[in-house]
Amino acid sequence: MMHADTAPPGAAAPVFYQTDEEGHHSEGSTMLGFWLYLMSDCLIFATLFATYGVLGRSYAAGPTPKDLFDLPGIAVNTAMLLFSSITYGFAMLEMDRDRIKRTQVWLAITGLFGVAFVALEIREFAHLFHEGAPPWRSAFLSSFYTLVGTHGLHVSMGILWLVVLMVQVRKYGLIVENKRRLMCLSMFWHFLDLIWIGVFTVVYLMGVLE
Amino acid sequence: MFANMDLQQLLFGRFTIEQIPYHEPILQATFAGVAVVGLTVLGVITYYRFWGPMWRDWITSIDHKKIGIMYCIFAMVMLLRGFADAILMRSQQAVAFGSEQGFLPPHHYDQIFTAHGMIMIFFVAMPFVTGLMNFAVPLQIGARDVAFPFLNNFSFWMTVAGGMLVMVSLFVGEFSRATWLAYPPLSGAAMSPGVGVDYYIWALQIAGIGTLLSGINLIATIVKMRAPGMTMMKLPIFVWSSLCTNILIVAAFPILTAVLAMLSLDRYVGTHFFTNDLGGNAMLYFNLIWIWGHPEVYILILPAFGVFSEITSTFCGKRLFGYTSMVYALVVITILAYLVWLHHFFTMGSGADVNSFFGITTMIISIPTGAKIFNWMFTMYRGRIRFEVPMLWVVAFIVTFVIGGMTGVLLAVPPADFVLHNSLFLIAHFHNVIIGGVLFGMFAGVTFWFPKAFGFKLDEFWGKMALGFWVTGFYVAFMPLYVLGLMGVTRRMQHFDDPSLQIWFVIAAIGAALIACGIASQIVMFVVSIRNRDKLRDLTGDPWGGRTLEWSTSSPPPDYNFAFTPVVHDSDAWWDMKNRGFDRPLKGYRPIHMPKNTATGAILAGLNFTFGIAMIWYVWWLAALTFLAIFVVAIAHTFNYKRDYYIPAEAVSRTEGQRTRELEMA
Amino acid sequence: MSADAHHMAGPVGHGGASAGHGHDPHAQSEGGHGTVQSYMTGFVLSVILTVIPFWLVMGNVLDNSLVTTLVILALGGVQMVVHVVYFLHMSTKSEGGWTFMALIFTITLVVIMLAGSVWVMYHLNHNMMPMDAHDVMNNAR
Repeated sequence: MMHADTAPPGAAAPVFYQTDEEGHHSEGSTMLGFWLYLMSDCLIFATLFATYGVLGRSYAAGPTPKDLFDLPGIAVNTAMLLFSSITYGFAMLEMDRDRIKRTQVWLAITGLFGVAFVALEIREFAHLFHEGAPPWRSAFLSSFYTLVGTHGLHVSMGILWLVVLMVQVRKYGLIVENKRRLMCLSMFWHFLDLIWIGVFTVVYLMGVLE
Repeated sequence: MFANMDLQQLLFGRFTIEQIPYHEPILQATFAGVAVVGLTVLGVITYYRFWGPMWRDWITSIDHKKIGIMYCIFAMVMLLRGFADAILMRSQQAVAFGSEQGFLPPHHYDQIFTAHGMIMIFFVAMPFVTGLMNFAVPLQIGARDVAFPFLNNFSFWMTVAGGMLVMVSLFVGEFSRATWLAYPPLSGAAMSPGVGVDYYIWALQIAGIGTLLSGINLIATIVKMRAPGMTMMKLPIFVWSSLCTNILIVAAFPILTAVLAMLSLDRYVGTHFFTNDLGGNAMLYFNLIWIWGHPEVYILILPAFGVFSEITSTFCGKRLFGYTSMVYALVVITILAYLVWLHHFFTMGSGADVNSFFGITTMIISIPTGAKIFNWMFTMYRGRIRFEVPMLWVVAFIVTFVIGGMTGVLLAVPPADFVLHNSLFLIAHFHNVIIGGVLFGMFAGVTFWFPKAFGFKLDEFWGKMALGFWVTGFYVAFMPLYVLGLMGVTRRMQHFDDPSLQIWFVIAAIGAALIACGIASQIVMFVVSIRNRDKLRDLTGDPWGGRTLEWSTSSPPPDYNFAFTPVVHDSDAWWDMKNRGFDRPLKGYRPIHMPKNTATGAILAGLNFTFGIAMIWYVWWLAALTFLAIFVVAIAHTFNYKRDYYIPAEAVSRTEGQRTRELEMA
Repeated sequence: MSADAHHMAGPVGHGGASAGHGHDPHAQSEGGHGTVQSYMTGFVLSVILTVIPFWLVMGNVLDNSLVTTLVILALGGVQMVVHVVYFLHMSTKSEGGWTFMALIFTITLVVIMLAGSVWVMYHLNHNMMPMDAHDVMNNAR
């Protein structure tokens, strides 16, 4: 065959097959795969942010952020999410030391902070409805509810996932699979925190500034 | 009486028996045809007692090869549906002039062109591309399966569920009339109050989940599961193109999901994203959906480029010319794909500065594509070219695609686009690149890898017939549209007044008939090949003199692909192995760790399908029930920790022994 | 035995560091998940970075709202980086650099999408939609 097509012979005799390996594991891919999912989720939020960026001033003679947003309430909300982030971190540290009980306690605390966050958000939305600012009032409100609501929905899903994982940890212990799942949820949770930074900065703070 | 009405609404939402268009003759015929074919298929499956094997070996299978094959079959079935729409449109436009109204009323014609576009992109081109990637990528990188085998099965069935929703719309209710991208305000609740757009939305959302997950899956596979020694610059070029495609998928489909979600909020909840009133802005939809839409174009074409690259180097007996430049071209396209979206709506009115920016980026993105064309030609230069069917598709592609590419660059010039926007010139352009690029690529790929998947080659005569009909049919069908477009004829017209245009549409209809012959030839090709399979049998596993790892294993490959994981020293790994005289190991087999089949994917997809139907028809109780069920099934699935098994060493030894005997016979 | 299985699937490109042999073969090349100290550092930093923008806006500290906007955007950006580093434990080396590359790619796309959409739609509105009564009213408020 053509000379150019053959690779230069290596120093050692070529080995073309691994004969001493066992089988294929895909577990090593989970963290990367989940990270890729988060990146795609990030783009969903980017789309919603872009929409808010374009429509966020289309009040249609309706209420404006200044009329609606209650910054102290948002500050409390933000605090809930921040606390839940650090408590999830503690859960992960306990998980590394294989202390099931403490892991579970920290997870439960994280979940409670999450529930508090979602509850406050629901209260805020209810208040806005009451003020005559439902999502169908204007394009600004449509994009506001969708952006913030999608984040809230993610947090709710995170809570559901957290509960499922707590059951699984209780049932099967901190086995490899469960640790991996807890690590995925950890990334998910911190990722939502990160999105929230964008939300409170762009939507709430900048909205009130206008 | 009133209470009755309420009960009916509670149970069936907005569905009533009148929603089944049984009074339309075309649909009666279609329905009868579908019923006959469907019953025949079911009868055959029952007669040959194929239900059990089908469930065990295919529907619940997490084997990437089988899933890849099923994707391709699904794509071919949907191609028939999409092409039936095309034939209807071509014949309508060939006759509907002056006082003659043709046989399709506008509301039906509009559904047909919407369905045609949407099906061809989402349920033909996408599954074809995903199918080939699923089949070939793990084999080419020396892996035993994809990174997440269960997700792979789930992705496939979600795609099918989406496709089924579109098919159901044919017989129950109506399909969208708002074009293949469902532009608002036409697709909004005010202008399209019916179920059509809802079918469209839910079909895409459900299939989109599948596409996104399979994208993540294949990236993780390529990044994590390459055989030892296969560094990034030793990846087969098809794997590189798949990697870029899947990066585009993961980074583009979320945008589509979000945009369609906002459109459905507009329709279901009454928000004002894209409405005409209360601050909504329909043009924002154009802007956002094309940020997905342009990368989508490259999602389709990049795998085709990969297929052409593999075929060219295989059938020229040469290493691919300019491998490195090919890789860089792919990566550059991946990034630039996100900087050109506005060229789809130059006429929107963003002004000269915005238009010139996007015009220039569009012209820039043609450069890496052009570089690829030269790479293929230089690979052929002084190669010992074997003009077998896959290679013939490559030649047809190069000629056709260059024409399509150049008309694309024409459209990239904003002033020219102002004249040609929304004209048949555009239609001719994108059919030129999608048929000449994507479809030819997929047909080439199917012909190329068919012997790998089934152990026998496809019939050459009928392959060449198909190629001839498709190529001539394409030119006859679409060159007239270039002419008409330059004369200013717009797209999506059910009827024309000017009789002097008719001759061009008649020519185009003849072209469509030729393409129909091409499709018929392909069907004959499959039938003839299956009947003559013993004569066409390939026992070596390497019928074309292949260069990459998939040709090193048997055809069809065993469940585990490779008894021993290959070690790679060269980008054309198998070629290198053949040249340096490797010895196939004949003993020392070990048990192989494999994932177990599962029905969860198909069940979840079925629930999603039902959920889609319920949402489309406003059957809220069913929607809530299926939504809940999706969560229950998914969570229950996570409680199953035993998802794998071992193929015992004896079984591996038996399979490999069989392979040894076959190699001796060959 | 299972440790072997883990390494074999890994690409050669990122072998080295991740193929470390701790007694837990499933530590999965994440480079651990930080320590109490790193979590606390991240927490304190993000509390500070959250409090400042709220204080700036709620207390009307700066007269110029444009400056305030830029400052809170910058602080938000910094806080995101803090979260990525201290909570998500992202580094250029995790998963052989692939997660970092994915992150950079995503950030690029997010910037393109946000900046592009706002740019395109601003020009569109500027060219095609003269300010209507609603906008005038809202601006006057």
